[in-house]
Amino acid sequence: MSAIVSLRNVVKTYTRGKQTVEVLHNLSLEIAQGDFVALMGPSGSGKTTLLNLIGGLDRPTSGEVSVAGERIDSLSSGQLAKWRARNVGFVFQFYNLMPMLTAERNVELPLLLTNLSGAQRRQNVQAALTVVGLADRAKHKPAELSGGQAQRVAIARALVADPTLLVCDEPTGDLDRATADDILHLLQMLNRDHGKTIVMVTHDPKAAEFASHQLHLDKGQLVEGDVKAAA
Amino acid sequence: MLKQTVAITAMNLRSIPQRVGTSWVIVIGIAVTVAVLVSVLAMVAGFSKTLANTGRPDRAIVLRGGSNAELNSTISRENTVTIMDAPGVKKDADAKPIASAEMVAVVALPQRRTGTAANVTVRGVGTKSPLLRPEIRIVAGRMFQPAVRELIVGRSALTQFAGVDIGSHITFRSTDWTVVGEFESNGDAHESELMGDIETVLSAFRRNLFQSVTVLLESPDAFAHYKDVLTTDPTLTVDVKREPEYYAEQSKQLSKLLNFLAFGVGGIMAVGAIFGALNTMYSAVSARALEIATLRAIGFGAAPVVVSVFVEALLLSLLGGLVGALAAWLMFNGNTVNTLGANFTQVVFHLTVTPHLLLSGIVWACVIGALGGLFPAIRAARQPVATALRAA
Repeated sequence: MSAIVSLRNVVKTYTRGKQTVEVLHNLSLEIAQGDFVALMGPSGSGKTTLLNLIGGLDRPTSGEVSVAGERIDSLSSGQLAKWRARNVGFVFQFYNLMPMLTAERNVELPLLLTNLSGAQRRQNVQAALTVVGLADRAKHKPAELSGGQAQRVAIARALVADPTLLVCDEPTGDLDRATADDILHLLQMLNRDHGKTIVMVTHDPKAAEFASHQLHLDKGQLVEGDVKAAA
Repeated sequence: MLKQTVAITAMNLRSIPQRVGTSWVIVIGIAVTVAVLVSVLAMVAGFSKTLANTGRPDRAIVLRGGSNAELNSTISRENTVTIMDAPGVKKDADAKPIASAEMVAVVALPQRRTGTAANVTVRGVGTKSPLLRPEIRIVAGRMFQPAVRELIVGRSALTQFAGVDIGSHITFRSTDWTVVGEFESNGDAHESELMGDIETVLSAFRRNLFQSVTVLLESPDAFAHYKDVLTTDPTLTVDVKREPEYYAEQSKQLSKLLNFLAFGVGGIMAVGAIFGALNTMYSAVSARALEIATLRAIGFGAAPVVVSVFVEALLLSLLGGLVGALAAWLMFNGNTVNTLGANFTQVVFHLTVTPHLLLSGIVWACVIGALGGLFPAIRAARQPVATALRAA
């Protein structure tokens, strides 16, 4: 299968005061289309930094990042924003829903960046909420939903514009085991049945088992080769 | 871009109830600033209007050369004759000049509202005064009689001062005067005065010098020649002014002071309100840092974020501006106040909150809001998305 994500010799440094800290050291990586990859590693190993580079939230200090055949390392902030709107769906640990909007309004947000009509948007929102099993909660606000339901709404929001790639940062970090497993089953289903490529950062080895592959980072480098997930 | 801006702005506005306290800082700060600004400017407008209403272009006032107000002018009886007989002065049916040699005296009367004494002008006017100033109409009681210690009181003076109702007695210079009538004068400066017969007033003050002569000209065009005649007469040292010009000059100093007060105090308050708005919008942006970062991660651009924060600040300021302008209008429009005029006496005038002033207040509010919203808006947009997501 062809690579949808490709990183070549990526270096990422941050400046803290007078100190420059290199978070990723000359990292190269490929993720195949349709893959479900878990990025693991201790705190400070550079997982989230790597995820941000793949998701176009940040740019490398040097090296190349290509996603879906497009070099994104040299895009401007505005170009990256447009690129993200077309290509990436984000799922965050704490859901990051807009508290004043209902579930359906939250899910609709990425579609406001498209040229779809109101009717088409409503149709797509309904479809996304149905996929995550929350069609009956469309009118509820985040405060009226459980953690698992809120994360499902966030996944529906990530899906609704049919992105190439789903980027998940600790998607089960705020959930109990049973709810976390439900969310992971949902992600697995999206990967298997809908062909979504998923890159997921997690601390949790049980969560990582739901992925097709695991990548381990330590001190800004991949420490071992692909590990086939048991699940 | 528009769709994004509308969506983010709508979200921001919907979240206002969750941070109603800080939002009120903008609204109240700006409302108070605008109310103060509009009310002081309404004073300027009312004062200027009152003095601008005083006088007609076909009337001239003659003062001693170099005097800038009646109170520090003196004109001898002989000179008043020359001034009244000069060419260009309109004559009545008996071929007598329509003119009035006058004196003004200052008496202290208690104000109705506070009871404290304030200066009021008592103007001695000549027998031709009714022809000279037809705008003066007796609305209650009757006209004073010559050679009798009687006064008529202007409507504004009556509303502001105690003890000047018809039938009241006023004592000054050890002489007892009776108020016999009330007059209106189109709301001009004379309505703040008491008027009596010139010879009786002169006698009460033991004076023989007049302070001004006001003449009715044959036409407004007759002024230039009339002025030339008087100012080139070697026996006279006088200043000749059209009445509107004279009263405009009288209001200039106070208008300047009030304008300075309005824009000085208003300016300082505006700076305070800008900081209030800045503080509020910075905390609003900070409280929504995660939401803003999430929206930007999804693909919303920086510009709609800037515009939405800016629009929110503007809308809150606009609300403050409307509240302030409305409060100023409700509380002050038409209110009667008095202030020291050029003769060290009280000029009574009405605060006039004009539509123009209301609009100015609202424009000020929007400028304050724009300045207060701009920097927080830029900060919101410049925050790197990854950093904002991590920090939140």
